[in-house]
Amino acid sequence: MATVAERGATAPEQARAAVRRRHRRRAAWRRQWVALAFMSPWIIGFGAFYVYPMAASLFFSFTRYDILSQPEWVGLDNYKFMFTGDALFWPAVRNTMWMIAFLVPLQVIFAIGAATVLTRVKRGLPVYRTIFFLPTMVPLVAAALGFVFLLNPAGPVNRLLRLLHLPDPLWFYDPAWTKPGLLLLGLWMVGQTMILFLAALLDVPKQLYEAAAIEGASPWQRFRHVTLPMISPVIFFAVVIGVIHGFQYFTEAFVVSGSGDSTGLDHPIGYPQDSLRFFSSHLYQQGFEGFHMGYAAALSWVMFVVIMACTIALIRTSRRWVHYQGGFR
Amino acid sequence: MARRPVPPEIRRRRMLMSVANHSVAIALSIAFLVPFAFILVTALMTNQQALSTDYWPHPFKWSNFSEVFHAFPFLRYTLNSFTYAVLATVGVVLSCVPVAYALSRLRWRGRQTAFLLVLSTLMLPPQVTIVPLYVIFVRLHWIGSLKPLIIPLFFGDAFSIFLLRQFFMTIPQELSDAARVDGASELQILTRVIVPLAKPAIAAVALFQFLYSWNDFFSPLLYAGNSPESWTLAVALTQLTTLSRGVLWNLQMAGALLFTIPVLIIFFFAQKVFVEGVTLTGVKG
Repeated sequence: MATVAERGATAPEQARAAVRRRHRRRAAWRRQWVALAFMSPWIIGFGAFYVYPMAASLFFSFTRYDILSQPEWVGLDNYKFMFTGDALFWPAVRNTMWMIAFLVPLQVIFAIGAATVLTRVKRGLPVYRTIFFLPTMVPLVAAALGFVFLLNPAGPVNRLLRLLHLPDPLWFYDPAWTKPGLLLLGLWMVGQTMILFLAALLDVPKQLYEAAAIEGASPWQRFRHVTLPMISPVIFFAVVIGVIHGFQYFTEAFVVSGSGDSTGLDHPIGYPQDSLRFFSSHLYQQGFEGFHMGYAAALSWVMFVVIMACTIALIRTSRRWVHYQGGFR
Repeated sequence: MARRPVPPEIRRRRMLMSVANHSVAIALSIAFLVPFAFILVTALMTNQQALSTDYWPHPFKWSNFSEVFHAFPFLRYTLNSFTYAVLATVGVVLSCVPVAYALSRLRWRGRQTAFLLVLSTLMLPPQVTIVPLYVIFVRLHWIGSLKPLIIPLFFGDAFSIFLLRQFFMTIPQELSDAARVDGASELQILTRVIVPLAKPAIAAVALFQFLYSWNDFFSPLLYAGNSPESWTLAVALTQLTTLSRGVLWNLQMAGALLFTIPVLIIFFFAQKVFVEGVTLTGVKG
């Protein structure tokens, strides 16, 4: 960095400046090495657990590979088979879409509702908040098992429904009722999203509601034109995360399908009648039960691309409906 | 400031509103708590009673909680879960603290790029990498053990790096500069200045990782699913019906509760750490 002042300087001054520069450069190098040393765990992990596996999985997706023998190049066969030959692929896609289409909106609505209730109770808020949040803390496997018990044909929920002379479905044994059963589980565990909405609702400036009230806005109008725009960033966040998780929906379905029946027999993935075969379940079965590693890799790349496309599409539309306070975005 | 007394009709209206709000809140609380109640009550029943239409255990069979350990190798599963959760937590803290330090408090070329790459791995669905990872772990003969679950976490975890980095950014730079003037090395600054100040964030990262590993189902199923001696509680619980050749609701619910209780204890004692971590990043791991 030769500055204007240095250009007119005498020889000894120039020499001293050169030494200083060299020192500075050496210090910068040292800093660089120190930083890389601190970064080293991640650099190794990034190479070994992300860069190489991603490249390898893309390669595998064009091969037939069962781990035991060498991968055999088959071009686009895996992808062709997926869309035209695999009888279970489209059911898996349909089930996944069904789950996302219902679970994400229902969770958002229910979370906003529960959070709104919390903002309106003055006394006892910490107690209610803890109770509403508690189910979220339960490990997913334990929660899913709990719901398998609660919703078993002779279980407490059906006894209650019969008592009220309501229809008592077979839930996880009736293909038409398995996914609604999982919706109930998803709503029970909504605490995380609810806490985010609670924080957002408490952040809405009071003056906005007062101004709206002075203008004679009804409670619905206040919600529609004040609350909703103000919490729209959190809605956006919850929808994006919900959709991403929706594509990866696995554990709940695996536990419910595989928890077995009174005979102790294991049920296959997707039981009953593939009503719980989701995209991830299908991938798991193809890759790690059937060891069609090439095909599983192809499935994973399709999943990745679809998730990316959905996220980008959501971000695109968000400009129209997400309102960021004090910013033009 | 003297307040004007509230007119009685407004007070009555407020009172009614408050009653209405609390009724809704109580109704929702019941809906959230009823599953716990049914599971607990069933865990205390005999098996015949659990299959009957009874609502109340008679007699209270507290021994179910110890019977789980006799009927299944539950101690083994519990130990496996603890091993996974504790070692994963140690690995994440050890590997992520220095990385977050380099990403937030050191000036070097490539820092922004590296941070973006960390964030991009956070977005990557794990399914994209599992096939080759599985192949790697087969080659290393790690399948059937807990190694594939634990060892990768000694090489950084995007979520934890992100959370720690966000916290480190808030610590004033002058503190580091003062230590540098005194001749402290970067490692000394990290261990003597930053880590003591970042205890809440480190606690949050440790807590999230412990809970994540304790609850994790997919990875233990994938890597240890075929070797029962390496099952964690999460995997084992889904296999109890098969192991006992039939449904034993009472023991299964007792097992599920035993699996849940450590999490709830941690939650009650560490609620504050939890809330701070959530607000720092907006998400739970």
